[in-house]
Amino acid sequence: MSIFLKNPLAMSGLIIILAILILALIAPFIAPYDPNFINIESILLPPSIIHLMGTDGLGRDVFSRMLYGAQISLLVGFVAVGIATIIGVILGSLAGFYRGWVDSLIMRFVDIMLSIPTFFLILAVIAFLTPSIWNIMIVIGLTSWMGVTRLVRAEFFSLRQREYVLAAETMGSNHFSIIMKHLLPNSLTPIIVSSVLGIASAVLVESGLSFLGLGVQAPTASWGNILTDGKEYIQFAWWLSLFPGLAILITVLGYNLLGEGLRDVLDPKNKN
Amino acid sequence: MFSYLIKRILWMVPMLIGISLISFFIMHLAPGDVTSSEASFNPRASEESRQKLRELYNLDKPVIIQYGLWVKRIVQLDFGNSFASHQKPVLWERKDKSGNITKGLIQESLPITLMINLIGIFIIFSISIVLGSLSAISQNTWIDRSITLFVFVGFAIPGFWLALLLMYWTGVSNQWLPISGLHSPGFESLSSFGQFTDLLKHLILPVSISSLSGLAGISLYVRNGMLDILHQDFITTARSKGLEEIKVVFIHALKNAVLPLITIVGLSIPGLIGGSVIAESIFAIPGMGKLFYDSVLMRDFPVIMGILTIGSVLTLIGNLLADIGYAWADPRVRKGLVK
Repeated sequence: MSIFLKNPLAMSGLIIILAILILALIAPFIAPYDPNFINIESILLPPSIIHLMGTDGLGRDVFSRMLYGAQISLLVGFVAVGIATIIGVILGSLAGFYRGWVDSLIMRFVDIMLSIPTFFLILAVIAFLTPSIWNIMIVIGLTSWMGVTRLVRAEFFSLRQREYVLAAETMGSNHFSIIMKHLLPNSLTPIIVSSVLGIASAVLVESGLSFLGLGVQAPTASWGNILTDGKEYIQFAWWLSLFPGLAILITVLGYNLLGEGLRDVLDPKNKN
Repeated sequence: MFSYLIKRILWMVPMLIGISLISFFIMHLAPGDVTSSEASFNPRASEESRQKLRELYNLDKPVIIQYGLWVKRIVQLDFGNSFASHQKPVLWERKDKSGNITKGLIQESLPITLMINLIGIFIIFSISIVLGSLSAISQNTWIDRSITLFVFVGFAIPGFWLALLLMYWTGVSNQWLPISGLHSPGFESLSSFGQFTDLLKHLILPVSISSLSGLAGISLYVRNGMLDILHQDFITTARSKGLEEIKVVFIHALKNAVLPLITIVGLSIPGLIGGSVIAESIFAIPGMGKLFYDSVLMRDFPVIMGILTIGSVLTLIGNLLADIGYAWADPRVRKGLVK
């Protein structure tokens, strides 16, 4: 823990993420306006004390929309990566524990998924379904589990022949309990690191989709679609483009710093 | 080497089958099937387009036969015609009875996307090898720190946002660079040199946007690779026999750090192709990414399926070339010492 506190990368990442988390959670209490309240008398006002980040083309308060957008961004990140991690851990455990044809089958599936351009795959699925925040989270999750699968499998390969695992097996522990008690807990480090980094890319993908109009649908505010609205007004309302982009940048930076920092801290090679 | 090649190419067959299965599965994600009553609530699917889908994909037949018929067409490179875009063929040109040639949508757009990505890969590698090794040899100095900062920001910056800002800054307020399309009006009348510089100017923004995150990633990769190698025994030996530091770094270390990049190129292809959607739609470049985006908006299913399949095949070919390149460049693999 003290190593963690001393690691500047991990700490700055953690502070950024915590700050965004708190802002998102208390959004309903601190947002000065209803994020979807359209006020035609206050269209495209520049940032001021009354509207901290100005107003958009429909007179909505951008600061309030940004706060609610943070909720979407966090939700998408956590749920999508949660789905990806669960799939990855299950498939990786099966491949790493049973090896043989189970492993071949799962790894070929991974290879196939990796060779389909992910962003195309996501867009195609969204085209056949309808864009909604739930569809997006599920689709991002279903297309990003391959890295975790490989990680867990590799960890299991190296842990499988350890004496304590062999001992547990000899003593008649069933496979499920060996995986849950002995193998998974010792593979947690890389899983956590890759999940944190995975959230960063999920946030980027969601904002990209929303920017293209295929993500979170209006009137729900997301950083991506605030930016899309702002695109139309970029020549005379810079605040509509600047703030959401900065927010995405800072969030993704936060997760990446936290992930890389955790990797340094948790890696036993760096303990001394 | 030769048997390795054969084996490697044969591996692509099960991969292709898997890709076709997944693409086929996605097509069936449409609520119910496209002919069901659920789909008729979807205002974007007109009765006419549903009828065409039914014919094109034989939706009245059992699923397994549908798949068989679809694969049979794909193997013959027949991806059907676009629903939108005046029934243009999806993949390749077609001649009608009177000899008029209609170019295929992918045929027209793929070269543009490939050009942008190849230039991008070239730029990514030339810059990131320099940045990465510079960062490694000056570990923990301000040079290293600022390059690392660049790497982290490069990873985190949303490409479409940077694109908007650059577009505004260089294109709208200063008018230094063109911000849309590939050619200026009157392109045809320019000299060939004029055409070349015009194209180049149009490419600067999209290429920079699409290479930024790759640039950050590969720089980090080269840095870490160099750091690893600089601590190995053969480098210590080279130094202790009195070799100049420059030669140690640029001849002995760099060669070994750069070799794995060949594989990385292969692995980064799906990301680059997918990433072209955003860059191309922002800068209105008629490449495969923009074609895909437009088709998604119009629910132009044959084009979506065609690009999904062709994009995956491209990735497979890219990986194959990368593996061959690696095998050729690494003497251990070339001589069959390691698999």
